[in-house]
Amino acid sequence: MAIGRRDVPAPATPDAGGGLLARPAWTKGLGSWLTTVDHKRLGILYILTSFTFMGLASIEAFIIRLQLAAPGMELVSPDVYNQLFTMHGVTMIFLAIMPLGTGFANYFVPLMIGARDLAFPRLNAFGYWVYAFGGLFVYSSFFLGGAPDVGWFAYAPLTSLSNNPGNGTDFYMIGLLIGGIGSLVTAMNLIVTIFSMRAPGMTMMRMPVFVWMILVTSFLIVFAFPPLTIALTQIVFDRTFGTLFYVPEAGGLPILWQHLFWIFGHPEVYIVILPAFGVISEVIPTFSRKPIFGYPVMILSGIFIGFMGFAVWSHHMFTTGLGPVANTAFALTSFVIGVPTGVKIFNWLGTMWGGSVRFTTSMLYAMAFLFMFVIGGITGIMLAMPPFTAQATDSYFVVAHFHYVMGGGALFAFFAGVYYWFPKLTGKLLPERFGQWTFAAMFIGFNMIFMPQHFAGLMGMPRRTQTYEAGIGLEIWNLVSTAGTFVMGTALFMLLFSVIYAFRNGTPAGNDPWDARTLEWAATSPPQHHNFDEQPIVTDRDAFWAQKYPEASHGDDGSQWEGMDFDAHGIHMPGQSWYPFLLATSIFIAGYGLLFENWPLSILMLVVLVGATYGWAFEGVGGHHVHPDDGAEAAGD
Amino acid sequence: MTRWFRSALVPILAALLLSGCDFAGPQSALDPAGPIAQAQLDLFNWSLWLSALVMIGTFGVLAYVILRYRRGQRTDIPEQSHGNPKLEIALTIVPVIIVVMVAVPTVRTIFATEARVTPTEEDLVVKVTGYQWWWKFEYPEYGITTANELRLPTDRRVVLQLDSADVLHSFWVPRLAGKRDMIPNQGNQLTFTAPEAGTYYGQCAELCLGAHAYMKFRVISEEPAAFEAWADTFDIDGAQRVQADPQVQRGHQLFAQKGCTTCHRVDGYRGTTEVGTPEFPDLTNFGTRTTLGAAILPNTQENLEAWLRDPDDLKPGNYMPALWSEDDPDADEEIAAVAAYLLSLGTPDETEARAFVGGTHGDR
Repeated sequence: MAIGRRDVPAPATPDAGGGLLARPAWTKGLGSWLTTVDHKRLGILYILTSFTFMGLASIEAFIIRLQLAAPGMELVSPDVYNQLFTMHGVTMIFLAIMPLGTGFANYFVPLMIGARDLAFPRLNAFGYWVYAFGGLFVYSSFFLGGAPDVGWFAYAPLTSLSNNPGNGTDFYMIGLLIGGIGSLVTAMNLIVTIFSMRAPGMTMMRMPVFVWMILVTSFLIVFAFPPLTIALTQIVFDRTFGTLFYVPEAGGLPILWQHLFWIFGHPEVYIVILPAFGVISEVIPTFSRKPIFGYPVMILSGIFIGFMGFAVWSHHMFTTGLGPVANTAFALTSFVIGVPTGVKIFNWLGTMWGGSVRFTTSMLYAMAFLFMFVIGGITGIMLAMPPFTAQATDSYFVVAHFHYVMGGGALFAFFAGVYYWFPKLTGKLLPERFGQWTFAAMFIGFNMIFMPQHFAGLMGMPRRTQTYEAGIGLEIWNLVSTAGTFVMGTALFMLLFSVIYAFRNGTPAGNDPWDARTLEWAATSPPQHHNFDEQPIVTDRDAFWAQKYPEASHGDDGSQWEGMDFDAHGIHMPGQSWYPFLLATSIFIAGYGLLFENWPLSILMLVVLVGATYGWAFEGVGGHHVHPDDGAEAAGD
Repeated sequence: MTRWFRSALVPILAALLLSGCDFAGPQSALDPAGPIAQAQLDLFNWSLWLSALVMIGTFGVLAYVILRYRRGQRTDIPEQSHGNPKLEIALTIVPVIIVVMVAVPTVRTIFATEARVTPTEEDLVVKVTGYQWWWKFEYPEYGITTANELRLPTDRRVVLQLDSADVLHSFWVPRLAGKRDMIPNQGNQLTFTAPEAGTYYGQCAELCLGAHAYMKFRVISEEPAAFEAWADTFDIDGAQRVQADPQVQRGHQLFAQKGCTTCHRVDGYRGTTEVGTPEFPDLTNFGTRTTLGAAILPNTQENLEAWLRDPDDLKPGNYMPALWSEDDPDADEEIAAVAAYLLSLGTPDETEARAFVGGTHGDR
């Protein structure tokens, strides 16, 4: 049941003073960003950081496609090529698309459930900094002896010291270990927030679908990351301390890495796509002026997809010789996932059916998502057939498939989210007409790049090869694919330009430009630091819609909350802190200590880590109270 | 924008249409030449038909909704329907039916194409070992070893025992059978037949770093008599007979002088004393091979000379060193002699280097 703040007394000793560093109180400048614990600022940091990494990954992809424009090109050497596709995959999965979902969740989950912040604001800041440093750590490899070159799933025994003596693999392993901490703590933070900080009246079955999908995703992260952590730690031990987990010469079984990796790796696919489902489930109802069709089924199928995500990992391993019985079992569990996914597609269509549909840029991206996700889903069902996978896996067919799911699916959904939520984030509208041209270029470019790859793969082109043979029918597909990168690249620049233009000169958006349905649109654009002046009361599923159109909703009247003063002592806003940043920094630098086997540095960083944890624990409550009625903010109250 | 479309997209689309009709190719899974690849393609085609139905249904509804329910100047609020349980149940059953229609033939095909077999005497067993970045093929029945070219008779089922000497590789001959990974410390098996005589392209499909893109091979399926004749070219009792051609004789000497024998086995090169190691390609009947460098080039005198001169240029990252320095005045003559010697191995005396049989699309 929802928890209001009505029984919370004012903190007795707001500033316990046990910390080592004073709580900073900047409101502007670099310091305010380094020490912020505001979920909106951290959400913006997440979104900007992930788009920055996406830009780097796009450059890598562009070089890859140029190299493959024709057979026998020598733009980059095989070694550099291996680094490029490895970093492209690692970046897109771990540093761009997944944190983009986290960024949206950070910003919008509290607003959508009518809360003032996440449950653990400092932990949230720590999660962001650890993620950003993890990404920085992996990217610093380019300047410190070469990037990882073993593919984003880093199959053993390619990663063993004898096969890969450089530092690239260590950057991958330690970088993902660092970044994984961030994913894990943020997931726990979101779970607690969603369970315990919903506005009065917002039952679980009244939560926006986006919030539900973030809840499911967060559970997936909590259960999926530990196997990855174990696998990464084993490789770090193999390479640093000479253990023999995956060393074939010593009898190690390299196949075990694949099991551990994919027990993480398949849920990871849903960790990326479920938040995207959530975004689509907000965009389509808003622009159709109808509630989501079949809400309970949407929620249940999301949960079911998440649950089944842990039962299909071996479909990534159909050609490793597991035998017909295991392949049958994992083929069947994989097919089962097609059912809830199909149901979701039908329900999105059902939402539009009978609606009043407005084709804004955001909605166009959502439509494109439906189109391309169906294609990616169909090839996904095909790849769940082991005999066909025997031909298609590790070929460009698989490359096309997962780009339709991750790019055409997740990324286009997040683009829909960018156009949908940009007015809320900045108070400005993105240019609509230009946005539709951008969309057209993006859609055409994307399909030009990835549709031909289906054919190239089936005609015998393996993935991860920096060249291919002339005269066996692969030229035309690759040429079209490379041509597509110019179209999509242009679209990405157009998007970047729109964002910069709108941020400076955009039309003011107002609080609710789309006539939307959920609570974030009840706040100002951009929202105030404390989100809502008054604690929102929820009477129906689409809470804000019910406020605006009470005659068109069938919720309760909210009378049970009447006369309650939820912010009797003012709204308590958490104080800024240096510790999250400091703690993340110590882990970041300790990573280099471990990598270069510089033990004094590692031990020094361990001391900093313990000190920062101590300071964090005894920093005291801090913060200040906001009294929107008086318009006065009393710092340190 | 429109002009750009016309100038760029139209020729591309035209090219697509022209080439798009032909999915055949020496390495194309869409052009099967054996029962396993055929079964895999049949399953794919079945799923393709079902996909077409799904796409027509889904995209049809999407198009209808987009056309029928666009807002335009409407300002009214549509009915706030939250769902329709009967319809939702019906729409849940549809994907269930589709999935079952895919699952049944899938399971049948799994057991028809992937079951592990115990080889009988009818079967030809070949032990395949993946190395960075070439393939070793051993025929226990014939006691012979070759590299990068798997010769098979058309009338026997083949049972491949797959292993790797270093990292992961994956054995893939699209026209004959799908992939099977080669994993250290894990014996895998792949079974297929190649009933039509012909040359089929194969390639490593699992990242193995370095020259991964150049780790290819050929499967050559031959009439049983031709296969037996090929196997007979390995029959060397005692010392190898070196052809009379003086250039070949010179190449034979240089083969040891330049250090080739450190790595490469050639049966009978020093009588019954072995040369080379099993860790590198066996060259005993190199002259019978259609390609060199793990199927990256046709095996001709010219290509072989280029390969010997600078292996890294043709196959970046591979382990073979260049044995002649750039300013070596004797390089041309010596390289030509070694190439001539290598091409003479396993071939009859009179013939020159064997014509390349597997090279172009048309020869299949």
